[in-house]
Amino acid sequence: MSLLTILAISLIGCLCAAWVFRFSGQVLSDQKPFFRDMPYGVAFGYVLGVAVLAWIIVTYIGAKIAGFPAANKLYFFVKAVEWFVIFAVAAVLFRILGRNLGTAGMRKLFRSMPLTASFGILIIILYAIVSIFAGWIAPYGQEQVFAQANIPPGGDPSTGGNPQFPMGTDQIGRDIYSRLIYGAQNTVGIAFATTCLAFFIGGTFGFLAATLGGWLDQIVSRTVDVLMAIPALIFALLLMTIATVWANNFGIDRTIFMVVIIAVIDATRVYRLARAVGQNIVVMDYIEAAKLRGEGLMYLIFREILPNATAPLLAEFGLRFCFVFLTIASLSFLGVGIQPPLADWGTMVKDLSQFINFAQFAPNVASAPLLAAGAIALLTVAVNFVVDWMLHKSSGLKE
Amino acid sequence: MGSIARIILQRLALGLLTLLIVSMVIFVAVNALPGDFAQQILGQGATPEAIEAIRKDLGLDQNYFLRYFSWLGNLLTGNLGISFAQMNFASNMGGDQLIGVAEQIRPRFMNTMFLAGVTAVIAVPLSIILGLLAALYRNTVFDRAANITTLSSISSPEFFLAYILILFLAVLNPVFPSLSNIFDGMGFGDRLNKTMLPALTLTLVVTAHMMRMTRAAIINLLASPYIEMARLKGISPMRVIVKHALPNALAPIINVIALNLAYLITGVVVVEVVFVYPGIGQLFVDSVKIRDIPVVQACCLIFAAAYILLNLAADIMSILSNPRLRHPK
Repeated sequence: MSLLTILAISLIGCLCAAWVFRFSGQVLSDQKPFFRDMPYGVAFGYVLGVAVLAWIIVTYIGAKIAGFPAANKLYFFVKAVEWFVIFAVAAVLFRILGRNLGTAGMRKLFRSMPLTASFGILIIILYAIVSIFAGWIAPYGQEQVFAQANIPPGGDPSTGGNPQFPMGTDQIGRDIYSRLIYGAQNTVGIAFATTCLAFFIGGTFGFLAATLGGWLDQIVSRTVDVLMAIPALIFALLLMTIATVWANNFGIDRTIFMVVIIAVIDATRVYRLARAVGQNIVVMDYIEAAKLRGEGLMYLIFREILPNATAPLLAEFGLRFCFVFLTIASLSFLGVGIQPPLADWGTMVKDLSQFINFAQFAPNVASAPLLAAGAIALLTVAVNFVVDWMLHKSSGLKE
Repeated sequence: MGSIARIILQRLALGLLTLLIVSMVIFVAVNALPGDFAQQILGQGATPEAIEAIRKDLGLDQNYFLRYFSWLGNLLTGNLGISFAQMNFASNMGGDQLIGVAEQIRPRFMNTMFLAGVTAVIAVPLSIILGLLAALYRNTVFDRAANITTLSSISSPEFFLAYILILFLAVLNPVFPSLSNIFDGMGFGDRLNKTMLPALTLTLVVTAHMMRMTRAAIINLLASPYIEMARLKGISPMRVIVKHALPNALAPIINVIALNLAYLITGVVVVEVVFVYPGIGQLFVDSVKIRDIPVVQACCLIFAAAYILLNLAADIMSILSNPRLRHPK
């Protein structure tokens, strides 16, 4: 009830402040068009934005100087604000770096880039480095079990931490920091391989269907229609049920089945796009010319169609990677994806999730599952930012 | 009017055909399992006689075609079979009160529909209003902020959003309960309170898509001559968008809303697991883990049916709202 009253009072306060803001602006600036033509809603928006910003700053400073119980409550708020600022500054620095270094083409690219896209590229580079060099960066192995289990993160002995394990250990005593780093290798690596496979299958069939047409196009398209009528995650779960039995019977790793299943399901979406793009290209005059020259099917697909379909396919690759990555993370979270002892972010979130309930008393303990989930979210958000910018650039939309 | 009815009937028939083929795919996939259901029901230490008896009981000794059609026939009469977990329990404990899969699924299906309904009631108006505002104040700070926020929320995994909400709204500030233990005979207010966190999570997931589509559909129209005309008449920007642009942008918006509702019914799996919400998604995941084939089959079919039906609805609505599609050349 008190929360609602506070909200209502601040809303009314903002409404009044918006009117005062506009009126005083009109009077003080002697009816400048900016204030004279300002709708009331816009004035309210300005005031609301300033109020929210002020609230964040005041709460942040309050949390910094507050004592033990209150600071715990705002721990995550403080961390979120700090990380947001750190990432924003890093993105700005990275963009400045890109604008002044490298080839002329790269500098030009960076000059037209919004901040979100440079943030995305920075994060993708970081993830690539971490996942490639995980073996060197991680202090311990991903399967290494230590005697002390459930050490809270923080590395501070007064709160039960251990400086040897900066992010603590999990329920059977494996170093969470190392597992997070190895998780980048496993989760991102498997998702990348799956996406590549999906593009190989979907792209091949899509271009073939577009160039050849006829019965091949009909058969593949109708099959894809049926496969797409079943929701992706549900279908993946159903097939994983079957795959686990097969994996047990034939002694093949379950992860391989998962890669193939998700690749086939996602290949249907890639097929649709590749076919649509291919069909638009096939009717062009230069394809006709190449056909008259007597070029073969392979030449047509690889030298004529593929180069002209790169832009939409590249954007789709980014989006598809996000979907695959999220599907794998969800499957692992549900317990049928990447299997232990391989470190994987989805499984880590599931295993550590009950620690969230300790957030009131020990916020550093509760941050462990959020770190793994946040690692997934950060990469997908980064890829989406880059794809959004690429689509905007290639569509030529200036609005 | 005759042509509209014919188009709807055509689409419905097409949907039914798709559903039939999907049921075949599911049946084939499930029956591709090596080994035998009977073996799985009875476990490793079963005698050959017992396995034979169960095989006869389930009709597993018949050929595939007969089994598919008897499964289909049972499905149409609402008999979805009996779950293995129940059967196992009965054979070990000697109970004879078996609950069929249909009875098991029905209350959970209602729960899932309730969750999807609450989410839709929050998400649809919210995303349309946000989309309208973003189109009205396009390329301002507000538009950019809304764009970045929604893009982030749509690309995060559902469980991340769910745990963030649990952290801030259940653990740190106890506003809503973090576990949705819903049971029969609960009051509406109580039920709503317990459904709130999963519904908010799903809202975060689906709002972005609908909002961006609303914004894009309206901005697409703003370059048309009749909008220019309305603007030159001196109508306020808000009125131009709501009265002149929105009605013509409705077709893509309705389409994307229907697609997102389809996502709501099928995408609930992860969210239901996080909040232990007793819906059909939770049942599905549990059955997948213990390989309870009849339940998996039935849930899969229900999800596929809901998905196909809502996609069909989107299709029909977009045809109805666009006269050019209603009279194909």
